[in-house]
Amino acid sequence: MTDLHTIRVTVNGTTYERTVEARMLLSDFIRHELGLTGTHVGCEHGVCGACTVLFDGQPVRSCLMFAVQADGHEIMTVEGLAPDPDHLHPLQEAFWEAHGLQCGFCTPGFLMTLKPFLEENPNPTEEEIRLAISGNLCRCTGYQHIIEAVKLAAEKMRK
Amino acid sequence: MAVRYFGAKIKRNEDPTLLTGRALFTDDVDLPGMLHVAFLRSDYAHARIRSIDVSQALKRPGVVAVYTAEDLGDYWRPGPLLVPPPPVEGIVFNQRTQVPLAKDKVRFVGEPVVMVVAESRYIAEDALEDIFVDYEPLEPVVDIEKALEPGAPLVHEDVGSNVAAHVVQRKGDYEAAKAEADVVISRRFFYDHGLAAAMENRGYVAHWDPKAQFLTIWDTTQAPVVIRNGIAAMLGLSESQVRVIAPFIGGGFGPKIMMFYQEEVLIPWVAMQLNRPVKWIEDRRENFVATTQERYQIHKAEIALTKDGRILGVKDVFLHDTGAYDPYGLTVPINSQCTLLGPYDIPNYYSEFTAVFTNKTIVTPYRGAGRQHGVFVMERLLDIAAKELGIDRTEIRRKNFIPPDKFPYNNEIIYQDFAPLVYDSGNYEPALDKALELIGYEKFIKEEQPKLRAQGKHVGIGVVCYVEGTGIGPYEGARVRVEASGKVSVATGVGTQGQGHFTSFAQIVADQLGVDVRDVHIVTGDTAQFHWGTGTFASRGAVVAGSAIYEAAKKVREKALKLASEILEVAEEDLELVDGYVRVKGAPEAKISLGELAVRSNPLRGAVKPGTEPGLEATMYFGPERGATASGTHACIVEVDPETCMAKILKYVVVHDCGKVINPLIVEGQIHGGVAQGIGNAFYEQIVYNEDGQLLTASFMDYLIPTAMEVPPIVTDHVETPSPLNPLGTKGAGEAGAIPTAAAFVQAVEDALSDYNIEILEAPLSPNRLYELLHKK
Repeated sequence: MTDLHTIRVTVNGTTYERTVEARMLLSDFIRHELGLTGTHVGCEHGVCGACTVLFDGQPVRSCLMFAVQADGHEIMTVEGLAPDPDHLHPLQEAFWEAHGLQCGFCTPGFLMTLKPFLEENPNPTEEEIRLAISGNLCRCTGYQHIIEAVKLAAEKMRK
Repeated sequence: MAVRYFGAKIKRNEDPTLLTGRALFTDDVDLPGMLHVAFLRSDYAHARIRSIDVSQALKRPGVVAVYTAEDLGDYWRPGPLLVPPPPVEGIVFNQRTQVPLAKDKVRFVGEPVVMVVAESRYIAEDALEDIFVDYEPLEPVVDIEKALEPGAPLVHEDVGSNVAAHVVQRKGDYEAAKAEADVVISRRFFYDHGLAAAMENRGYVAHWDPKAQFLTIWDTTQAPVVIRNGIAAMLGLSESQVRVIAPFIGGGFGPKIMMFYQEEVLIPWVAMQLNRPVKWIEDRRENFVATTQERYQIHKAEIALTKDGRILGVKDVFLHDTGAYDPYGLTVPINSQCTLLGPYDIPNYYSEFTAVFTNKTIVTPYRGAGRQHGVFVMERLLDIAAKELGIDRTEIRRKNFIPPDKFPYNNEIIYQDFAPLVYDSGNYEPALDKALELIGYEKFIKEEQPKLRAQGKHVGIGVVCYVEGTGIGPYEGARVRVEASGKVSVATGVGTQGQGHFTSFAQIVADQLGVDVRDVHIVTGDTAQFHWGTGTFASRGAVVAGSAIYEAAKKVREKALKLASEILEVAEEDLELVDGYVRVKGAPEAKISLGELAVRSNPLRGAVKPGTEPGLEATMYFGPERGATASGTHACIVEVDPETCMAKILKYVVVHDCGKVINPLIVEGQIHGGVAQGIGNAFYEQIVYNEDGQLLTASFMDYLIPTAMEVPPIVTDHVETPSPLNPLGTKGAGEAGAIPTAAAFVQAVEDALSDYNIEILEAPLSPNRLYELLHKK
């Protein structure tokens, strides 16, 4: 497997140039090449949504893409949401206040799914929220506090 | 004290780290020169290994080493028995524990056979394709009833049968009670419980430092101290040469306390062999076959009653599928046996089970840990009895509740902690009443249901009660220390997997020391920080470790008061701890900060009194005499479409008694998550093996974890019966949400389909299975 490609990818505003194998998953690239380990890998078959990142602003499953497909594109990961733990994004604040996470493993995927959702739909109904997160699995919370967090985040982001 | 944190709904200390993607999980550990491992696993449920050829794999560039069982030398040995069988008279227990790599024979699909170490995981997985294993397929043991027939193939030939264990426990004399009964109801039940499917798979990283002669292991375990001790012993190292870190763990739910996984034993060993850091992270496909699961039991159960619905006795004979090995002893079936009795005053009980070896993944506890099976059997028996006797299903339960003045209540059998099954405290009617009120029981059955039925809708209600043995021993410990900064650090030996320990434990300490809860830093899961402990299981973290932390914090408080009293020359009774200071009551300007006291208690020069311990620090241990019994009622309303057999939960109520609640927000989250897993277990999730012992549901496309579309809003409420067995009065809350869910759901589905007159004696259901049940008639 010496099929190497040099790619330039902008992640959270920083442009990285790396040479990778064609088969390297985007999730592995983000985590292990760039060291951005906030993006988690839960199933590697595109069901759980833990690895969700924004690809040119749209949520995608980074385990279902190759790093080479990101050449010339912009990625945003959970690390890009807030500068540090003392200055959280309203979505993160809302998850904190509403206890929208337990083990926190799936959380980055939820946050990256919800960011564009709330930007597009600032005042969603509960049904719309449930649908929006139906591609993200959480095994700890039973979703109820996540849904409350999304409502709270929508309120915060509208202000 | 200014603020009381115990009992307050406060935000969690750990969340900002998790929310910003900065928390360290095991797969985030990256070390220079690190090698990666992949395992070749058995494709057969049962086969003899004729030969293994790894020569091609070794030639692949980037492959560093390849190991089969033969290559492990003396290190190859069966794992230890984690939980010995309880001291029940006449018990049969055949110990057969898992081996690091299969030798001679494979016993389940997914059993590791060859370990490949390479420069990257990609290369390691490529090399698996290069390996040739010559198998001679054997007839697999799949069905637990057939497994016990004469002439059945054997999972372990040397045992002579597929019996892993046989246990009989008795209270009173069931047969005599039966002779007196007006009604005897007897049925065969099937209950299957599945996969934990924590979002984070397992993983291990090991780093051997040959100069320091020190081994560091990052491990997704619920029990780091026990892992440290075991790995040190296996590798011939002293415990002080091994540090096990269970960093942030992405959900545990039981299988992450199985010890010792094959990979867990091999990764540290190979790191020492090769003098390089080594990482193995399980992928989801492996998780389905290689991480332990729960599975099914078949119960033949009988209940004897008077005609007015008093239970005279229960008899239950069941088979339990334990998989290919039994390293976790009998915890799961013992829990089934013991939890079946529920909140009911049952004078006579006969329970007998046989645990059966099969060619399937190993069975160890998963959230509920066999309790589901017992609750399902008991609750279904009561439903059928109520119907037969013409009594309301809630009345038959109420009538048989252990009355509040009968505690402690002795069930006269042995529980999983080897102590007699004695309920510490409980008051069951208020929880039932509250649940009935919240679900609107009377109104539903009298008005809503008839109205909806008239409209052709199939809606039903389910109400079930349960107890949960929690907070068992043996012990946990904690060290609480005030730093010179005035901040408090706390270390305990349990691991944490999302339960909010960084917060609930901090709440306990903050109250004792009068500090801000955000100034209490909790360390869990690092053996370098605390030497002793057993682990997080059986809903015991808050109860056992929480109590140890409370005792240690109390001792630090005493030390602070004593020293401040000397410095301020004021009697201890006249001092209080507020906002990080010890101050004089009524004269708050006369004060000394905890940080200053910490410095003063650790003098660098000068004489101290004999017997003085340095520092504002204390280490304490807590071991309860036995477990604390939590309890509650679940109720739900379900609508079923008999055409598609889809069932929708319209309302779900949980009223729960876990004694004193440290943080209601966290407990609520635990309940919600438990119910979601319970709903999965009731209608969506099922592990399906075919007759060859092949797992047919080995992906999230086939094994359906509930999403936000399937889990309804859950209404929770609490009643509080403090436990007398620990200083905090707490009982465990981790598993209660998951335990009676399928029983409630099935009761509601059966009620919804009452015009079809079916009796549902199994769980999980699925639309397909429900269709079969409806159309079999």
